[in-house]
Amino acid sequence: MARKLLLEHINVPGINTLDVYRQKGGYRAVEKALKTLSPDDVVEEVKKSGLRGRGGAGFPTGMKWSFLAKPEGVARYLVCNADESEPGTFKDRYLMTYIPHALIEGMIVASYALGAKTSYIYVRGEMMPQIRILERAIAEAKAAGFLGKNILGTGYDLELYVQPGGGAYICGEETALLESLEGKRGNPRIKPPFPAIAGLYGCPTVVNNVESIAAVVPIINDGGEEYAKIGIGRSTGTKLISASGNLVKPGVYEIELGLPVEEFIYSDEYCGGIANGKRLKATVAGGSSVPVLPANLTLKLANGDPRLMSYESLSEGGFATGTMMGSGGFIAFDEDQCIVRNTWNFSRFYHHESCGQCSPCREGTGWMEKVLHRLEHGHGKMSDIDLLVDVSKKIEGNTICPLGDAAAWPVASAIRHFRDEFEWHVREPLKSQETNYGIAKYAEPIAKAEVTTDN
Amino acid sequence: MLKVEEQQPVVFSSALTVKFDDLTSRYPEGKQKSALLPILHEVQAELGWLSANAMDQVAAYLKIEPIEVYEVASFYSMYFLKPQGKYVLEVCRTGPCCLVGAEKLMDHIGETLGVKENEVTADGLFSWRGVECLAACGFGPVLQIGPEYTFYENLDEQKVDTLIEELRKK
Repeated sequence: MARKLLLEHINVPGINTLDVYRQKGGYRAVEKALKTLSPDDVVEEVKKSGLRGRGGAGFPTGMKWSFLAKPEGVARYLVCNADESEPGTFKDRYLMTYIPHALIEGMIVASYALGAKTSYIYVRGEMMPQIRILERAIAEAKAAGFLGKNILGTGYDLELYVQPGGGAYICGEETALLESLEGKRGNPRIKPPFPAIAGLYGCPTVVNNVESIAAVVPIINDGGEEYAKIGIGRSTGTKLISASGNLVKPGVYEIELGLPVEEFIYSDEYCGGIANGKRLKATVAGGSSVPVLPANLTLKLANGDPRLMSYESLSEGGFATGTMMGSGGFIAFDEDQCIVRNTWNFSRFYHHESCGQCSPCREGTGWMEKVLHRLEHGHGKMSDIDLLVDVSKKIEGNTICPLGDAAAWPVASAIRHFRDEFEWHVREPLKSQETNYGIAKYAEPIAKAEVTTDN
Repeated sequence: MLKVEEQQPVVFSSALTVKFDDLTSRYPEGKQKSALLPILHEVQAELGWLSANAMDQVAAYLKIEPIEVYEVASFYSMYFLKPQGKYVLEVCRTGPCCLVGAEKLMDHIGETLGVKENEVTADGLFSWRGVECLAACGFGPVLQIGPEYTFYENLDEQKVDTLIEELRKK
């Protein structure tokens, strides 16, 4: 069995309560950090752990913390990004539902490290049940002296609040989130300045994902070096993977980074294979924004070596043959699924969620949705396929925030790997309404590359 | 319809204004506008939707311009700017849920309730709509019902029928 750092006690009855959470070793990290470590020591441990942001960008958390400006007499803020909205991702909802104190404990330790006296957990508005769970957990922690004035007699004060969003994917982007937390529309800000210099209310601010903050707890308990021993290369520690789509056992799994993708999909410890005895056609490995891959490139690198669940291995081969770890939203498509239809569905999502600030994204996502709609519904032209590529290229890199890229990549990658399926929709407009293209060549095994010697 | 509704006076209950006071206390002095989103959720939970009158009163409470409330209420998808059914069934329509049958389920809901997306049933009890990813992809198809945002997972037509029947009897 793989090591579990976040979900070890997830099945313990009552683990959502402070008492049971403490019986299982909870709030040790708060005691250790506040009583025996300086804030800089905590930052140092997180740096040593090699923890990378779990929300999608994969930026080293310790480094992000060390960028925080600390001008005299100016408040600093920690804001937890619990706006989980990336299609395919549902790990943060799961963690907050079943083990809310893991997040609260992480927030206290991280706030201490950053010198924040007031911190916010920005939860997407649809998660009202989770908001109530967190508020109850905060009240418990406060009653036990882990929050409020003079925590554990150390002189450190912290207030922690939960803030609901209003239903907007864009607020997962950290500057849009801060705008929303200030009571405005979720329009991303132009950077620089980065939030580390001017964030919430213009004050230095760190924004971290739920899972990143929860991971601080085992890092402080066991030490950054111990955490870094788990995983592979620069992908240290464990990662929550949200598995969905046509799987025997969809759900949230904690994996040690470096697990082979094939083992994750097919072993009984994880997803248990493809549902209904079907074959795997394609995957989206890291949430809807990352490139879609056919089954063969999901399981193997272009050279035939096994692909692993790590930041490096998933992106091996660049966009030509690779994808990204993203938020860990792993979506599996069986042989009956239509890539054109799914790409249209995702494009509709990005069009709906574009904030409208930047023309390439506001207009481009709409065009992509329309063109994909007609391809899927039998009115497409062969030239539409290149038109989509053209539009996606004109969005990519030309917007204030990464939503534009996130909208462009699924379309570009679908055409890169599944062009013949798009062409089939144009050639067979009626047939494509009644049946689907099937698995075609997408699962054909990739041969292991011959080892050549250069002498 | 909107116009008629707009002219109805809106009075916030004292219980509601106590909640507003608690919410605004969470932010530094002068930053009370931060409470706007949570306050709009509270108002919608009480009134069912956000009328212009209700939004004007929120603006007055927060000491901000009405336009600052309108632009926020119209930006975020959870706020209703016109009356809805008592129960709004919001079904996830994004990729992973569609892989496991969300589209068929929406068709079924439309047929069962006898109304199109975003329409209200004659008895005022129900409306429904497709919404974007609700972060429960492993348990799809899913739907939620406000104002508590109770979640219903791993749905099929039979489960939805039972749910609708139960809500009718309530």
